[in-house]
Amino acid sequence: MKPSVIALYVGIVLAGIAAPLVIPNYTFQIAVLWMMILFALTWDIMGGQMGYNSLGNIFFFGAGMYISAVVQVAQFAPVGEYTAAFGAYQVEFTDAQYYTGLALGIVAAGIGAIFCAVILGACVFGLRGPYFAIGTLGLALAAAELVGGWEWVGGGGGISMPVFPGDPDVRSKLFYYIVFVLAITTFGFLRWLYTTRFGLAINAIRDNESKAEAMGLHTKRYKTAAWSIAAFFLGMVGAVFGNMVGFIEPLEVAFPTVTFGIFMVAMSLLGGKGTLWGPVLGATLFHVIKELTWTYLLGWQWVALGALIVVNVVFFQQGILGWAMDRWPEKFGIVVEPAHGEGRAVGAQEAAR
Amino acid sequence: MLDNLSLLIQAPLLNIQLLLDGLLIGAIFALAAYGLALVWGVMNVKNLAQGDFVIMGGYIATSFAQHDIHPFFALPAAIVLMFGFGWLCYVSIIRRVIGRDIFVSLLATFGLALVLQQALNLIFGSDVQTADAGFKTRFFFGGQVTVADTKFIALVLAGVLAACVVLFMKKSRMGKAIRATAQDARAARVLGVNTDQVYAFTFALNSAICGAAGVLVAMIWVIQPYYGIVHSIRSFIIVVLAGLGNLPGVIFGALFLGSAEQFSSFIFGAEFQVASVVCILVLVLIYRQVQSARHRQVVE
Repeated sequence: MKPSVIALYVGIVLAGIAAPLVIPNYTFQIAVLWMMILFALTWDIMGGQMGYNSLGNIFFFGAGMYISAVVQVAQFAPVGEYTAAFGAYQVEFTDAQYYTGLALGIVAAGIGAIFCAVILGACVFGLRGPYFAIGTLGLALAAAELVGGWEWVGGGGGISMPVFPGDPDVRSKLFYYIVFVLAITTFGFLRWLYTTRFGLAINAIRDNESKAEAMGLHTKRYKTAAWSIAAFFLGMVGAVFGNMVGFIEPLEVAFPTVTFGIFMVAMSLLGGKGTLWGPVLGATLFHVIKELTWTYLLGWQWVALGALIVVNVVFFQQGILGWAMDRWPEKFGIVVEPAHGEGRAVGAQEAAR
Repeated sequence: MLDNLSLLIQAPLLNIQLLLDGLLIGAIFALAAYGLALVWGVMNVKNLAQGDFVIMGGYIATSFAQHDIHPFFALPAAIVLMFGFGWLCYVSIIRRVIGRDIFVSLLATFGLALVLQQALNLIFGSDVQTADAGFKTRFFFGGQVTVADTKFIALVLAGVLAACVVLFMKKSRMGKAIRATAQDARAARVLGVNTDQVYAFTFALNSAICGAAGVLVAMIWVIQPYYGIVHSIRSFIIVVLAGLGNLPGVIFGALFLGSAEQFSSFIFGAEFQVASVVCILVLVLIYRQVQSARHRQVVE
């Protein structure tokens, strides 16, 4: 690694650590920003690197949220009675119990999400192209509706999470740092993953799945593994977000398919899909635009965001990094051979990492 | 759930009621699904904004009803207005996604759906609305089976509209051009068909069909800005079930979906109606997957 790159990483980590201390009023917003980055990164494992465009990855976010809620609540009270009382059920617990519950909930959410990914993967991985996108969209929508009708987990009324035992300021900082660590871990893990044989294999699936299969790759195993990785991180961040918000309900918080679910796709495309830094850039930019439209276009913010997605997809499909690679290929280590007339972007993938 | 099932067995007339309701609704689903199959087949664009076009048509009908104009007159108005709107969509968005990566059209139309849904929400509010056509309700079997007259009229109108579209596709010059483009766009271009115009017309036609379907939906059912996505999914289910270019398949698929929805929402409860639609989608996709896996086996 070049020193400038190391400096960049150190700078980002320091900024992330310092942010809630310097601008405490924005702690929640910045936590959501890290979550958005994680969303875009995990979507890109499938969508960008493997060519399987899922519109339903938000399912794992919601699944993780509900798994952790059930695990956390079950420690102190019978889940059915707790949810039936809509927050009126008094639970007694010590600080230590709360933190073990939270930790258990997050871990269970990650593992549970992997289970979901393996089981659902068996159902949908035969679908290709647009059918996969629509099928996964259907899964996420179905999950929201089914959970909404499931009384044991509170149905449409949702669950209020166990109340954080400490100071509100400590609470927001704690959840901020958990989300921050999760996002950084995801980035680091994917950075390593894309340099391994696994990264090459999923790229091969993107380029031509039948050929990859003919070359002896167990494409189904790779697809399941890739989806499980995405699900693992999404499930954990879902668990944290549920606790951060304090109240979860199926349509708007846990399975927000038409907001977060589509944002993660839009963010990856905006930054440039199939690259490591693209989703990070896209998520940051998108989040800023989102907050700006919230402030200045209140009421029409969703229309503006929808229009942004359309414009992005229709006119600027390659994304910021893709555009930059076209514009300054030499900066990305892409060697254009003039002798052959047509430039071959040989190093594009390597450079993107 | 079991109580409802046994109720169905004990009172067979209930089955007739549900089946009738389902078939009458299904006929309208068939319209929107046919539009989707048309756009999908001709320009290979999977339009996820399909349901929002339907809802737009519905709001034209409710606006008419609010101004004391009979919703029937909304039908021609919706066809004309939505035809223009579809053309506009084509020129601004769809033209640029044809022939691109398949996912692009899906995502672009999803973004369009988001814009439409939120804009409708801001303009008309999120309340559930309906366009009352002011017809009587008929009673059969001593009042145990009821069918509103509007539903029959909507069925007839849906049939007439479908027949017009099919006749148009078979006989008119533009219809022939559309079919030629669907078969081989390049060959059609060589033979002097202005495919860009054909695409624009096809998309506009689709949105006009959706608008008409929306008027009928508003007359016999309810509309709300966020119901669009469910209508899109219904169209997808029907088209995936039927396959492209299979008109009888679309009609049967739509009738099947309509009645399946009615039965499942009766058995599992009305709050599971949307869930059952989406579950049917997943099942249909899995069925297709099994089918294509078998096909691959044969090829191997």
